[in-house]
Amino acid sequence: MGSVAPTAEPVDTRTVLALSGVTKRYPGTPPVHALRGVDLDIQSGELVAIVGPSGSGKSTLLHVIGTLDRASAGTVSVAGFDVDQLNDKQLSSLRSRYIGFVFQQFFLLAGESALDNVADGLLYTGMALSERRLLAEEALEQVGLASRMGHEATKLSGGERQRVAIARALIGTPDIILADEPTGNLDSKSGEDVVRLIEDLNTRGTTIVVITHDRQIAARFPRRVSLLDGRIIEDTGVVAQEPTP
Amino acid sequence: MKSSLDPSRLAPADMFRASLIGLRTRRLRSILSGLGIVIGIAAMVGVLGLSESSKSDLLAQLDQLGTNMLRIEAGSGIGIGTGELPDESVAMVGRIAPVEQVASISEVDASVYRNDLVPAGRTGGITVKAVDTNLLATLQGRMASGVFLDEAASDLPVVVLGSVAAERLGVADGSNGTIVWLGDEWFSVVGVMATLDLSPDLDRAALISYPTAETFLDHDGVPSTIYVRSDPDDIDAVRSVLPATVNPESPDEVEVTRPSDALEAKEAADQAFTNLLLGLGAVALLVGGVGIANVMVISVLERRGEIGLRRALGATRRHISIQFLGESLILATLGGLGGVALGSAVTAIYAWSQGWGVLIPTIAVAGGMAAALIIGVIAGLYPAMRAARVSPTEALRTL
Ligand SMILES: Nc1ncnc2c1ncn2[C@@H]1O[C@H](COP(=O)(O)OP(=O)(O)O)[C@@H](O)[C@H]1O
Ligand SMILES: [Mg+2]
Repeated sequence: MGSVAPTAEPVDTRTVLALSGVTKRYPGTPPVHALRGVDLDIQSGELVAIVGPSGSGKSTLLHVIGTLDRASAGTVSVAGFDVDQLNDKQLSSLRSRYIGFVFQQFFLLAGESALDNVADGLLYTGMALSERRLLAEEALEQVGLASRMGHEATKLSGGERQRVAIARALIGTPDIILADEPTGNLDSKSGEDVVRLIEDLNTRGTTIVVITHDRQIAARFPRRVSLLDGRIIEDTGVVAQEPTP
Repeated sequence: MKSSLDPSRLAPADMFRASLIGLRTRRLRSILSGLGIVIGIAAMVGVLGLSESSKSDLLAQLDQLGTNMLRIEAGSGIGIGTGELPDESVAMVGRIAPVEQVASISEVDASVYRNDLVPAGRTGGITVKAVDTNLLATLQGRMASGVFLDEAASDLPVVVLGSVAAERLGVADGSNGTIVWLGDEWFSVVGVMATLDLSPDLDRAALISYPTAETFLDHDGVPSTIYVRSDPDDIDAVRSVLPATVNPESPDEVEVTRPSDALEAKEAADQAFTNLLLGLGAVALLVGGVGIANVMVISVLERRGEIGLRRALGATRRHISIQFLGESLILATLGGLGGVALGSAVTAIYAWSQGWGVLIPTIAVAGGMAAALIIGVIAGLYPAMRAARVSPTEALRTL
């Protein structure tokens, strides 16, 4: 891999994500300003909730962070890469190795086992299927679905399906996992299980950004970033670290 | 900042698996959309297979009958009218060096009936001809039953029937001495000929020898048709000298034909028909391709979520387009294989029922598969392009 991240910071933390002055403008009449000057730094090992009402720009922010979309202005760096410097193919590669996604709609492939759905998390790294399946087994164990490996993923319960999706994001230990409304399609019990799993994964070192419009869920997370009309109106800041003097 | 980044990669085996997903999860639809290709390829393989099989049968037939036979007739033009050849023409033709066999036929003005009670005129289209006793050998014909005319019986009231004539006169077996009413005499049937492919007019004739015709029917013996077998290498030369040899005074009045040409012409006509059917097969193939493209476009719209997910997992646009192109290609390949199997089966069954040797040309199989693959690629191009252009963010926003 490339050279070392240059920003001055404590030795034991690493900036996984750095957004500075990010705006996102969708052309149209009138144009929509989904993001208006967002500054956001996320350190390795953090668990961050991004909260805000519907339409406040949360998904847009997640897409920009996840390199699925480019900012109209400002700079984005993910996992130590300056996104502006990368072409589309390189961004794909960045996503395949450094970023894991979890979506409200799960997006599991029908007709495939839970194991193979999880193994698909590393599909575009070119790793052999047998190897990916071994890692997928571990990931499924981590999310407590070791007993469901051979089941067809889309036939599992909602909570189980989301855990399969989380395992898929987890496989290959990405630098950051981005979850967009992961409990949005779940009943409260399954939602609670998923939130617990996310907390659990974070305590084992995974950096996770969770988008939610549910303030109660957000309140449980160590750091909350509130969005409104494309602006950060509140950031509880990095808790694990002492604020820099 | 880091700078080096290995490109996203999709292992070929995974690419294949990804391309199979659509077929696995939308089975019925895939089968239906591949059906057009199956039918198109089956039609092409079947048509080519049948045409080859029938052609090989015809070639075998031609080989057996020989292409070295010529037929000489008096031309029918203004002032020629008689339809007769000069008396001495048989002898003249026999003197041409490469000529191996000569046999003549003369129209006899008489009719043949099953018995003397059948009203005159109800001949059933059967003509009476006086012929040389070597006619059957010259034609390389066979007897279905009994024997042909020979010298021993040459002025007895005996007759040999063509296959159609025998059937119309109700003579099933030429060897048990059935009698027929010919001219004003009872004639014994001594044989029935097998069908003659090169001279079907003789199938409808009752044949008697020249001496018999003279003795019993007062026939003058002027030939109207002469059959010639020549050395195959000199057939063209023989053909060119025949008119002048037969009728030195007016060679224009002599018509020389090669009966095997008619079979070849029939084959050429079959070929034209084959081409027409091939064209129809190609149209079916094209429609099949459009069907695949149509189903794939719908599939791309339905699978936007999957496409968005794959992009999030690190797929490049190219990976997405290859996946859908692969799906189309697999679909077309399966359709092609099915078509080849179906077309071959149809050919085999039909050829077998016709008693032909089964011949499925490799060119048809290879061409069919190649056509299927090309159709698969072309049909997949547009849907693959559409899939690659799906915006991942919009796809992932869909519920
Ligand atoms: N492709 C787009 N074109 C135009 N406007 C868009 C597009 N995507 C999102 N928006 C708008 O951007 C704003 C933010 O949307 P989004 O990020 O989905 O919000 P959230 O996830 O917080 O509900 C909304 O007003 C939405 O309508
Ligand atoms: Mg949203």
